[in-house]
Amino acid sequence: MNNVVTLLAGIIFGFGLALAGMTQPQIVLGFLDVAGEWNASLLFVLGGAVGVTVLAFRFILKLPKPIFASEFRLSDMRRIDAPLITGSTLFGIGWGISGYCPGPAVALFAAPNSELWVFIPALILGYAIHHFLLRPRVSKDDEQDSMCG
Amino acid sequence: MNAQFLAALAGGILIGSAAVLLLWLNGRIAGVSSMVSNVLFSAERMRPALFLMGIVDGAALYYLLGGSVPVARDGFPVWLLVVAGVLVGIGTGLARGCTSGHGVCGLGRFSLRSLLATLIFLSVAILTTYLVRHVFGVQS
Repeated sequence: MNNVVTLLAGIIFGFGLALAGMTQPQIVLGFLDVAGEWNASLLFVLGGAVGVTVLAFRFILKLPKPIFASEFRLSDMRRIDAPLITGSTLFGIGWGISGYCPGPAVALFAAPNSELWVFIPALILGYAIHHFLLRPRVSKDDEQDSMCG
Repeated sequence: MNAQFLAALAGGILIGSAAVLLLWLNGRIAGVSSMVSNVLFSAERMRPALFLMGIVDGAALYYLLGGSVPVARDGFPVWLLVVAGVLVGIGTGLARGCTSGHGVCGLGRFSLRSLLATLIFLSVAILTTYLVRHVFGVQS
């Protein structure tokens, strides 16, 4: 059942991304480019998505446990640390250059074009650099659970 | 409100609903960057792989129903796309989250880390797009 839910949630997520215009980097950059012909539509994407999670998460997280799992697996990190700030900055630069954040990059496989064959290998290289060179040495479980995005 | 804004709102609601479904039923955060890095490097590949396959299927379904398909940009330098991809990978790895994990899910549970991450990557992205397009004159 867990696997069915995961796949179904992914499908809804991917359909939502494409419907919202997030899989079109030109639309994303049109939103980020506040000095150009500003396209405000992404405000509605973020507003819609966060509106739903803010409303629903507060009820869900009061439940003793999820329906099909034994516990909620959430990051318990609270500290504002250097990797959070550096990482968000680097991500912002990459997003601002390309118009791709990870979800829309994955969605490229639904309609492959030449940008996929450049961006995806580069993205994988970035994760590999982080994984093998920049990651603090922590225990396996710790690293699995504390990641939130 | 025009059609693009309505589609954006509906798409956003679907994205949020997917995150709600995953948390409510499976107890998991719908964070794409951690799913990608777990597919690549963790021992537990099945779960993130299913979600990522779902994203591809969902987007494909939208295109199948007549939604506009993204096309590669003319004149966008390949090396810049490479730099961007590497930075998105390293950055979301370090920050432990991206637009979905920090932006949609983290904000949904009032995480201060996620709020800060979202404010940083959004403002840096706005500044970067400005520099790339209006200072360096790249057609992105």
